Amino acid sequence: MSSSVKIKTLTIDERQVGAREDQTILEVARENGIKIPTLCYLKGLSPYGGCRMCIVEIAGSPKLLPSCMTTVEEGMVVSTNTDRIKKYRKNLLELYFSERNHVCSVCASNGYCELQTMAQKVEMSHVHFPYMYPHLGVDATHERYVLDHNRCIACTRCVRVCDEIEGAHTLDIKDRGIDVRIITDLDHPWGESETCTQCGKCVHVCPTGALIERGKSVGEMSKRKQLLPYLTKMREAHE
Amino acid sequence: MSRTITIEPITRIEGHGKITLMLNDSGTVDNALFQVTQFRGFEKLSEGRRFREMPSLMARVCGICPVAHLIAGAKACDNILAVKVPETGALIRQAINLGQIVQSHALSFFYLSVPDLVMGFDANPMERNILGVLKKNPQMASDGIRLRKFGQTIIEMLAGRRVHPAAIIAGGVSDPCSQEVRDKILSDIPEMLRIVQRNLDWYKQALSQSGTSSLRVSKFVDEIRSFANMKSLFMGLVNDEGELDFYDGKIRFVDSSRKIVADKLEPADYQNYIAEHVEKWTYLKFPYYKPMGYPKGMYRVGPLARLNVIDRCGTPQADLELSEFRGLSSGAVLSSFYYHHARLIEILYSLEKLEQLLSEPAFTGSKTRAIAGPNNLEGVGMAEAPRGTLIHHYKVDEHGVMEWANLIIASGHNNMAMNHGIMQVARQFVKGEKVKEGMLNRVEAVIRAFDPCLSCSTHAAGKMPLKIELTRPDGEVIHTLTQG
Repeated sequence: MSSSVKIKTLTIDERQVGAREDQTILEVARENGIKIPTLCYLKGLSPYGGCRMCIVEIAGSPKLLPSCMTTVEEGMVVSTNTDRIKKYRKNLLELYFSERNHVCSVCASNGYCELQTMAQKVEMSHVHFPYMYPHLGVDATHERYVLDHNRCIACTRCVRVCDEIEGAHTLDIKDRGIDVRIITDLDHPWGESETCTQCGKCVHVCPTGALIERGKSVGEMSKRKQLLPYLTKMREAHE
Repeated sequence: MSRTITIEPITRIEGHGKITLMLNDSGTVDNALFQVTQFRGFEKLSEGRRFREMPSLMARVCGICPVAHLIAGAKACDNILAVKVPETGALIRQAINLGQIVQSHALSFFYLSVPDLVMGFDANPMERNILGVLKKNPQMASDGIRLRKFGQTIIEMLAGRRVHPAAIIAGGVSDPCSQEVRDKILSDIPEMLRIVQRNLDWYKQALSQSGTSSLRVSKFVDEIRSFANMKSLFMGLVNDEGELDFYDGKIRFVDSSRKIVADKLEPADYQNYIAEHVEKWTYLKFPYYKPMGYPKGMYRVGPLARLNVIDRCGTPQADLELSEFRGLSSGAVLSSFYYHHARLIEILYSLEKLEQLLSEPAFTGSKTRAIAGPNNLEGVGMAEAPRGTLIHHYKVDEHGVMEWANLIIASGHNNMAMNHGIMQVARQFVKGEKVKEGMLNRVEAVIRAFDPCLSCSTHAAGKMPLKIELTRPDGEVIHTLTQG
């Protein structure tokens, strides 16, 4: 650690904790064993702040802030699991389910899905928003992998891992808001991509069944969650 | 004065249906319609999905016999993969399917139909149910529960869960079977065989009139005579030896004299010999034997049809029962009342067949699935569901994404026969100014004999209490009967 990095002290869930000034609330919380749920955040990739599951309350701020994007400040008083936050998280999850066609029972990732697990954790029993049932396609043109837009939550983990770790930048996003879509190359079928190295990192960081290996039937697509931490660790060891 | 009687929904069946009886001025039945009033459209919603999801997705058509859909769907996918399922995988699939035949037939016979046979068709509807059976014949009720549980447990042990298991997949099954599981199932079979035999004996004794052991002279003679007792073709899968086969085989049609009309028809060619007719007043289509046209090509499927089309069952005890069953008629057994009898024989066969399959050394092998990508753009899967022949037909693009699907569900095949059946039974029993509940129960019971799964056949679900309204042509309700 450089001697110029300052240490800040703050309170998270009534616990006094110390942190480097460049750390986010999420990093500090996890270092101290305080659990904050996340969907788009993945250690080893740059934070994105898209899923909003990691929202926290900071005393003096009327807004809920994403802990993955908010750096610590001296004297901050942070709450990670108030009734207000719990309500927002549940609503957010319901919106995810209503926005696309997440049909867990016939999904290759059934039983291994982070979205599903989180819904179970927050005891989401119903979706109170009307389902949108969008007509979305499945890109099954790739020799080894399948991209199912119906099951995508636009967390962009795949885009970031492809760019930041693999260096291929095959995957990207187009359009905004509810119309956002994952694309390959310049919105060409994945099977025609000249940049894809077929490494499969995108598949294994995807939290849902949006990216899966070909040939997987219902409930067969477990993701190799240790892949990214392993790659990150080995790279750090070589630097 | 002419009037219309509506029975809606029909009770103690799977799904939601409605019967409309039109009475003429003299109080006799002029016309009778069996209408299926709901629609779900599974074929349409499969478009754009990966074909590997299809077995599980289509199994959601039904919670009673999802395994049959998984089997037919997986077989259609096998054809898209262009693979032969490894022996172990095929054996496990067959065993799971037999487990389902046992549980579904037990549900139909003991829970839904036995109340009529034990209490009588005219008994108080408040007592004419499984709880009434439990009071009057507790052994029988517990036999039904035990058999159904056994079937469900097989599905759970071999496929992971009782309803909608995900283990039956394109190319085979996902998991092998351990020796412990195999031995556990085998150890229960002798008790199950005793249960079925006991109830077959009860059934035959219950039907026969006192002083005679002939099933042809029965206290239910009027019902037997009028429960869709008519000439029709019969269809079912038959293996190369002419034996009963729920999993594989080729299609055979026989006529009412049991003469073979067509044999060794390939499942993949089903569109050459089956066509579907549409009527405006019901969502359920009317499949018919294409060479004979509509409506002449009416055929029946399911337990009665299967026993009519086969040469033999292929297991010793079931074959003994089959020879007695054959004695009911000189040609094919025509009364749909005997679906109940056929169902019991099929449970017996399923248990014996299970014993045979589980005793195969390959049953506990490790190679359970064939791995491949989509090699064909089209696949047809056919299997015998508890209620009859089930057809799944899928078309995919070169990447294996679904473009089109067609399902012909077992209960759909029987649609024409069920319509003829209610007309026949209504003419026999529904007469006069005052319509009694027992009369209408018989109209429902003929549908029940077919054990239709309407939720499957139109992909619609729902159960509600029975409400029958007798209305004048101007819509005025003149008589109401409710139960449930």
